[in-house]
Amino acid sequence: MFRNQYDTDVTTWSPQGRLFQVEYAMEAVKQGSACVGLRSRTHAVLAAANKPASELSSYQRKVFRVAEHAGVALAGLTADGRVLSRFLRNECINHYFVYEAPLPVSRLALRLADKAQVCTQRSWKRPYGVGLLVAGLDESGAHLYYNCPSGNYFEYQAFAIGSRSQAAKTFLERRFEGYNDYTPEQLIKDALSAIKETLQGEKLTSSNCTVAIVGRKDDGTLEPFEMIDAKRIQEIIDSMEAVEEAPAEPSSMQEEERGSDAAPMDI
Amino acid sequence: MAWQQAMGSHAAGGSQAPPAAGGGETQRTQYPYVTGTSVIALKYKDGVIMACDTGASYGSTLRYKSVERIKAVGKHSLIGASGEFSDFQEILRYLDELTLSDHMWDDGNSLGPKEIHSYLTRVMYNRRNKFDPLWNSLVLGGVKKGPKGDEKYLGMVNMIGTHFEENHVATGFGNHLAIPILRAEWREDMTFEEAVKLVEKCLLVLLYRDRSSINKFQIAKITTEGSTIYPPYSLKTYWGFSHFENPAQGAVGSW
Repeated sequence: MFRNQYDTDVTTWSPQGRLFQVEYAMEAVKQGSACVGLRSRTHAVLAAANKPASELSSYQRKVFRVAEHAGVALAGLTADGRVLSRFLRNECINHYFVYEAPLPVSRLALRLADKAQVCTQRSWKRPYGVGLLVAGLDESGAHLYYNCPSGNYFEYQAFAIGSRSQAAKTFLERRFEGYNDYTPEQLIKDALSAIKETLQGEKLTSSNCTVAIVGRKDDGTLEPFEMIDAKRIQEIIDSMEAVEEAPAEPSSMQEEERGSDAAPMDI
Repeated sequence: MAWQQAMGSHAAGGSQAPPAAGGGETQRTQYPYVTGTSVIALKYKDGVIMACDTGASYGSTLRYKSVERIKAVGKHSLIGASGEFSDFQEILRYLDELTLSDHMWDDGNSLGPKEIHSYLTRVMYNRRNKFDPLWNSLVLGGVKKGPKGDEKYLGMVNMIGTHFEENHVATGFGNHLAIPILRAEWREDMTFEEAVKLVEKCLLVLLYRDRSSINKFQIAKITTEGSTIYPPYSLKTYWGFSHFENPAQGAVGSW
């Protein structure tokens, strides 16, 4: 009758040492449409695939500005994500009020993780069903963190979450080593390419994706977290498609890849 | 005077009933007791220099002769205080707690002088809004690496939460006697030696004119290398000026 004896509340261990409710919450992240994040030394970019819940509805926002210097992209239960992004906004604004300085991104991610952790240790609570990519800028440069419902968090150069994110991850894994020196424009292009991988054939347009960027300008000042407007995204997508459709004349960059350590399969 | 009433009521019991403990009535700080006098500070080429004497007065009695009124806060800041000495000690406890918990995050981030100054501003203004002020003028100086290289910082906050940043600051009597000198002689690119000379000139004027100052001074500096608080020393004085000989002569008044 019972499929699983050990999953009726979050705090009950299975004999194998697992917490099923927490694992189920982690699964919820995979149900939401995909989000990707990537960063250079100075800039971080977040992108999300926008999926309407039904033919007749609009899509739910998945990228939120948290403060001037940080923002999040989320996959999973968007409602939980909104609660958490409000929490993050609060933390940032309180820190700014007291110290007149932005909250470092690592501490922002840590506070979020601590909040998520509490939900895995209280029998009357449920874990948040949402994964968040936290991107931001602080004194030590641009950062990207992934926070999951289990209360774990990791720092990444590039990462993807949500449904069919594996395709995006594979794409990012092939290219992440160069990201530190990427220009903002290059980061946006790779973010869009990664999102495109998750669409599986569906056409990528400015209306089914959101891209946001935060970073430090050349003069050392903050380039605040901002959604990139649809017109510019469409221009970038068009330029990317133009390159793809151009005759397969090997560019110098591809030549270089072939010359070095790329496996024959990759070409 | 209200000042004497507050002091005297402890001994005499007074005709007024003392505030009932836990009866919803509380006594706020209405007067400072042990106070330190002026602090002066200025930016120079490599950082910030801060100076004050080491005296603390009980009312108008020069009661304590070697108290440190300049302290290091974290790795990047110096704080100097004039006003109620016990309130300063309380503030140091707050700052210890703050820098310790900041250190315990262990993530490489640390509070700079700007953040500490802002924090203190919040504390001071909050307390004055409770009508229970911390009776101090605080000077905050420091150097911290920013996105545009090393950034010097010097600011002040007083007991009612008024705060500002400046290239040179002075509290108390110093605000009247040292600031005109600093305005005339301060330069952005002063060497440490020049800065010390200027600071000593201000301290000497204060020593002559401010009755609560004493001839035992401490100078401190903060640069990218960290903070140094030098041991106390005295300045050479000359009391033979004709105006010092008979100060009452020609003065209008009964004394």
